[in-house]
Amino acid sequence: MSAITLSHVSKSWGAMRAVDDVSLTADEGSLLVLLGPSGCGKSTTLRLIAGLEDADGGAIAIGGVDVTHLTPAQRKISMVFQSYALFPHLSVAENIVFGLRVRRVSRAERDARLRRVADIVGLAHLLERKPAQLSGGQRQRVALGRAIIAEARVCLMDEPLSNLDAKLRHEMRTEIRALQQRLGMTMVYVTHDQTEAMTMADRVVLMRDGRIEQNGSPEELYNRPATAFTARFIGTPPMNLVRQGDHLIGIRPEHIRIVTGGDHAARVKAVEHLGADSIVLCEIDGQPISVRSDGFSKVQPGEDVRLAWEAGHEHRFDPVSERRLEASVQDGRLATSVG
Amino acid sequence: MADRRHLAGSRMTDHAASSPIVSRRAGSQAWWNAVNAWLLLLPAAVLLIAFTHFPILATIRHSLFITRRNGTEAFVGLDSYRAMAADPIFWKALGNNFWFALGTIPTSIALALVMAVWVNRNMRGRGFLRLAYFTPTVLPMIAVANVWLFFYTPDYGLLDQLRGLFGLAGWNWLGDPSTVMGCLIVMVIWKEAGFFMIFYLAALQQLSPDLEEAASIEGASRWYTFRRITFPLLMPTTLFVVINAVINSFKLVDHLVIMTKGGPNNASTLLLYYIYEVAFTFQDSSYAATLTVVLLTLLSGIALLKFGYLDRRIHYQ
Repeated sequence: MSAITLSHVSKSWGAMRAVDDVSLTADEGSLLVLLGPSGCGKSTTLRLIAGLEDADGGAIAIGGVDVTHLTPAQRKISMVFQSYALFPHLSVAENIVFGLRVRRVSRAERDARLRRVADIVGLAHLLERKPAQLSGGQRQRVALGRAIIAEARVCLMDEPLSNLDAKLRHEMRTEIRALQQRLGMTMVYVTHDQTEAMTMADRVVLMRDGRIEQNGSPEELYNRPATAFTARFIGTPPMNLVRQGDHLIGIRPEHIRIVTGGDHAARVKAVEHLGADSIVLCEIDGQPISVRSDGFSKVQPGEDVRLAWEAGHEHRFDPVSERRLEASVQDGRLATSVG
Repeated sequence: MADRRHLAGSRMTDHAASSPIVSRRAGSQAWWNAVNAWLLLLPAAVLLIAFTHFPILATIRHSLFITRRNGTEAFVGLDSYRAMAADPIFWKALGNNFWFALGTIPTSIALALVMAVWVNRNMRGRGFLRLAYFTPTVLPMIAVANVWLFFYTPDYGLLDQLRGLFGLAGWNWLGDPSTVMGCLIVMVIWKEAGFFMIFYLAALQQLSPDLEEAASIEGASRWYTFRRITFPLLMPTTLFVVINAVINSFKLVDHLVIMTKGGPNNASTLLLYYIYEVAFTFQDSSYAATLTVVLLTLLSGIALLKFGYLDRRIHYQ
């Protein structure tokens, strides 16, 4: 059993409520992503799970055991830090087996496990190096190796890829996900990058100002954003939100088409060519709206175009609370198809 | 400088092929760069040569001569060194210096480290504590010496008043060869520990708190973390502090002038104080030069040990 459950957990720094009544569950063997902009409380939530911070209120359970007042070591977790937190004076091998040494694991077993882990993370030829002699991606692998050698059932990751370049980030993303599934770990993964969340997670918890904005599968967050905030956060580019009278309407860029005789007049401001598709940045009544069109879009900045989308693709939000309005017919249809 | 040279270099590659005139100009540019470099080095070089290197050479030369009463110099070779080897006070001073260094350095460094780890934590009155530890360093040495002189004064000094409370008789702390060195050592530890603490504190604050957290997640105790992580990462600071402490232990002279004048019976004579006495009380400048050469040799030996050996064995970030 290694499911992680938080019930009504809070943590304040002075007057600031960093984590405000957060409840969530990460199922055993699943990967849960804590997503949100910086300062939303996602890292603090992770540190509360790790036991690096003490919760002001609420309870944390790992594998059904209440760990709220246990030390980090007693919680039997492993963790990868954003900075990797490698010990700079120790070799790669010593970094990886640090925890085994602390627990006085026999030398033979230490060596055997080190070999196994070094093979998994692809560091077998670098074991004698110091962290300063490694590239960013290699350091990341050392941190991963140190996390998995303990064979803890729970692994916590605090923005592990944010110091890597785009290509490496993509590679490591796939690798971490594969590793998590292969070892069957329960993983809580903190990131501000919605792409990482969408591609890796079984479940995404989107946070904002210390509270949970939405908790669901990547598909739910994408197809049924509960609030305008979620809608603006998920997707590249994110959902367009257009105020029409006293309605707040959300529409994904890929659901908009540039057609002659469309319902909405718009002016093209800029075009981004991505190769397989293009993002046409337009304006409707002074409100920005982006349109994804296949291939190399021929429209020019300054051009007047007409846009069209199907009513079924519209998401409606309350213009004041910015919550999703479920009443509309289209949403009802969408809900049954998703659920 | 590096930027300008780079600029000149790139300009050279741009045009060198096209015109011989430009390459000549680039040559003169390199010459000007060299002149500039030397001009920039000049002030520091003049000061170093005038006040460090030249005096060292002059001292070495002077130790090979003696000055007659009429002021003329006569070459005596290594005679002064032979006299020194036979001088019991020199050996006494050297031995005192050894015990003094051994008494002050490890204790003051250990204390500095403990205090730094202590005030590095988040706690009330941290700023006040740090200031309090640093005060001995800020005080003028003459004032410090006089304050401690009062502590050690027989009968009505602080120490003897405390002894009096327990019905013990007065003790002439600085006047007894068996206690004078201990008294000096205690005072110097008090003075140095706070100074060294500042270095440790600065180094501790450079360490990423992530490291400690990573260790705590692995289940390492505080002591284990300190032993395996914190202390090894503080080694550059420790080395720096050790070198400074050794040098300070050879440099101590002002306290001796105020408190003991090297007595009683040379029990508190340190090498530099002996040099001072020989040079300015006995007016024997060539013997003082000989002693100075010994001191210089000792100190440069330490410096060589640091740069040549210890630096390579320590992890620098």
